[in-house]
Amino acid sequence: MSAVSLWVNRPAGTRAAGWLRTVDHKEIGVLYIGMGIAFFALGGIEALLLRAQLATPQEHLLDPETYDQIFTVHGVTMILLAVVPLIVGFANYLVPLMIGAADVAYPRLNALSFWLSLLGGIVLYFSFVAGGAPDAGWFSYTPLAERPFAPGAGVDYYILGLAVNGAGTIIGAINLTVTILLMRAPGLAISRLPLFVWMTLVTSVLILGAYPALSGALVMLFVDRQLGGHFFDPLASGQPLLWQHLFWFFGHPEVYIMILPAMGMISEIIPVFSGKPIFGYRFVAGSSVAIAFLSFGVWAHHMFAVGLGTAETLFFSVTSMAIAVPTGVKIFNWIATMIGGRLRLATPMLFAIGFIAMFVIGGLSGVSLAVVPIDLEVTDSYYVVAHLHYVLFGGTMLGLFAGAYYWFPKMTGRLLHEGLGKWHFWLTFAGFNLTFLPQHWLGVSGMPRRVFTYAADTGWGPWNLVSTIGAAMLAIAMLVFAVNIVRSLRGGAIAGDDPWDGFTLEWATTSPPPPENFARLPEIRGRRPLWDQKHPDQRDVA
Amino acid sequence: MIAQATRRAGWLGDRTLLGVAIFVGSESIFFLSIVVAYVANRDAGLGDARATLDLPRTTVFSLALFASSATMARATTTLNARWLLATIALGGIFIVGQGTEYARLLAAGTAPSSAMFGTTFFTLTGLHGIHVLVGLAALAALGGSTAARAVAVRPVAWEAVALYWHFVDAVWVVVFSVVYLGTKL
Repeated sequence: MSAVSLWVNRPAGTRAAGWLRTVDHKEIGVLYIGMGIAFFALGGIEALLLRAQLATPQEHLLDPETYDQIFTVHGVTMILLAVVPLIVGFANYLVPLMIGAADVAYPRLNALSFWLSLLGGIVLYFSFVAGGAPDAGWFSYTPLAERPFAPGAGVDYYILGLAVNGAGTIIGAINLTVTILLMRAPGLAISRLPLFVWMTLVTSVLILGAYPALSGALVMLFVDRQLGGHFFDPLASGQPLLWQHLFWFFGHPEVYIMILPAMGMISEIIPVFSGKPIFGYRFVAGSSVAIAFLSFGVWAHHMFAVGLGTAETLFFSVTSMAIAVPTGVKIFNWIATMIGGRLRLATPMLFAIGFIAMFVIGGLSGVSLAVVPIDLEVTDSYYVVAHLHYVLFGGTMLGLFAGAYYWFPKMTGRLLHEGLGKWHFWLTFAGFNLTFLPQHWLGVSGMPRRVFTYAADTGWGPWNLVSTIGAAMLAIAMLVFAVNIVRSLRGGAIAGDDPWDGFTLEWATTSPPPPENFARLPEIRGRRPLWDQKHPDQRDVA
Repeated sequence: MIAQATRRAGWLGDRTLLGVAIFVGSESIFFLSIVVAYVANRDAGLGDARATLDLPRTTVFSLALFASSATMARATTTLNARWLLATIALGGIFIVGQGTEYARLLAAGTAPSSAMFGTTFFTLTGLHGIHVLVGLAALAALGGSTAARAVAVRPVAWEAVALYWHFVDAVWVVVFSVVYLGTKL
C-alpha cells in the first residue's frame, strides 16, 4: 500500500523533499495556492477594516493615514499576492497533469519562481513594521508616489516588493509557456489542449508582455526616489503621465491575466457538469487570443480624465469596446454548452454559473466606462470600485472557487463537503451583491473612491451600511469555506480517481497523483481523451 | 558536428533555447519601457547632449561590443574556448570604456540627480551595463565548466549563452543610437 501523503501519492519508503526543498510541480502548486489563500485572508481583513470605517458617516475607527495604507495594501495584496499566486498555483498543479507530462519544463526554476513571489509579498508587508506601508494607491501615481509627497519608506517597499514578486511571476510564465509548447503527451496537439491550458498559455504570454513594463516603471520610480532622479518629476520637466502609461500598459493586461485562467476553469467545469463537450472550442480559444492582442491596446481607458486629446481618446474608447466582443463570445459559448445538457448542479457548477452572471454585470459596467462621457462623470468614484470588484471577485474569485471545489479531490484525494459548499456559494453570492451592487449607486451619486469618510448630509450613509453588512456576510462565507477545507482534509469523502466523470487527463491518474504523475496515459485522439477511453462507442470526432 | 545536430532539431524545439528566447523577449519589453521614457523626455535636454558625451571614444568601445557578437558566433560553431575568451575580453573592454565614461561625467558634475540627462543616461546605460556584467558572468561560467569537466558541455548551453549575449549587444545598438547618435550639439 502506498503511503498517501497529502498532495502527492508517494510510494511507500520514499521520502518527500519537504516543502522548503521541493521541486515537484504539484507541491509547488500547493505552495502557491497556500500563499494565495494566506494573502487573500490578509487582503480580506484589510477590506473589512475599510468597510467598517465606511459603515456610517464620520467614523473614526481608522485615521486617514492608516486608511490610505490599508486601501493601498488591500489592492496590491488581492491582485498580485492573492489572485495571481492562486492562478499560477492552479496552473502549476494542473498543466502538467492536463498535458500528460511528468513535470514542468524547469522544475528547479519553478521553485525559484514561487520563493521570489513569496519574498516579494513579505517585503511589501515588512513595510508595516518598518515605518509605514505604501499609501499612494495600488497604482502609485506620480508625482504622489515621489519622495516629496510620499516621504516615508512605504513606496520603496512597494517598489522592491513588486519588482521581486514580478520577477518570480515572469520566470513562472516562461516555465509554463515552454511546458505547454514542448512537453505535451503524444497526440495532444495544440488544437486539442484543454481550455484551461489554453488560457494558461495566453495568460503566460500576457505576463511576459506586461510585467516587464511594470518592472521598468518601478526601476525608474526607484531612481527618482533613491538617486534623486527626475523621470516623473514635473519640476525638472519630467513626465508624471509617463508613469500612468507604463503602469496601465502592465495594468490592463493584468486584468486579463487574472480573468482568463478563471474563464479557463469554468470552460473545463461547465462541459463536465453539462455532460457535453464545450460549444465552439475554437471560438473559446480564439477569442482569448483576440483578447490578448487587444488587451495591449486599451490601457489609456484608465486615463480618459487626464485629457489625452481627441484622437487618442477615440482610439482607446473604440478598442475598449471592441475587447468586449471576444469576451461576450465566451459567454455565449458557456450558455450554449449548458443548453440541452444534463446539468448537475454540484458546487463547482454553481460557482461557474455564478461566475457567468456576475461577470456579465462587471463586463457591462466595463463597457459603460469605455464610453468617454460616462467615464468622465464617474471616474475615480465608487462606480469604478463596483465595476472592478464585479470582474475580479464576481468573475475571477467565483471562478477560482469553482476550480477549488472541482480539483480539490484531485489534489487531496478527498471531496469537499457539498452541504457546506452550497452554504459557501449562496452566502458568497448574496454577500457579494449586497456589498458591491449598491456601490454603483454610491458612485453615480458622487461618492469618490479612497475617501476615508464622508458627511452625513451626502445621503451615502444607508447604502454604505448595506455594503458593510454585505462584506460581513462575505467574511462569514469565507469562514464556511475555511471550515469546509479543514474538515474535508481530515475526513472528507474519498474521491477516487475520477469523482466528476471528467473528460481530461488529470482524472486519468490517482488522487493525489504519484510523483511522476502517470503510470500509463490513455491514447489521445481528441480533446477529451478520458471520455474517449470511458466511452469508446461515443468517441469525439477528432 | 554536435552543434549541427542541435540546429537541425530546431531552435524552438529545444527546452533551454526556447526558454532563453522567451526570457530575452520579455527583457526587450523591459528595455523598451526605459527607452520610451528616454525618448519621451528628449526635450528636457537629452536631444542636444552631444557636447556632454564622448562620442568618438564610446564608438570605439561600442565596436568592441559589436565585434564580440562575431567572436561569440564563432565560439558556438567551433565550441572553442579561445573564441569564448576573446568574447569576454571584448565585453570587458566595453565595460571598462563605459566605466571611464561614467567617471568623466561624474567628475564633470553630471549625476543621476543633476538633471534629466543624468537621470535617463545613467539609468538606461546602467541597466544595459548590468546586463553586460551578467553576460560576462555567464560566459565565464560556460568557460569554467568547459575547462573543468571531462565531458563536453552540451552545445545547447553555448547557444543559450550566445543568444543572451547577442541580445545584450542588440540592446546596445538601440541605446547607442538613441543616447549617442541621436544627439546634436
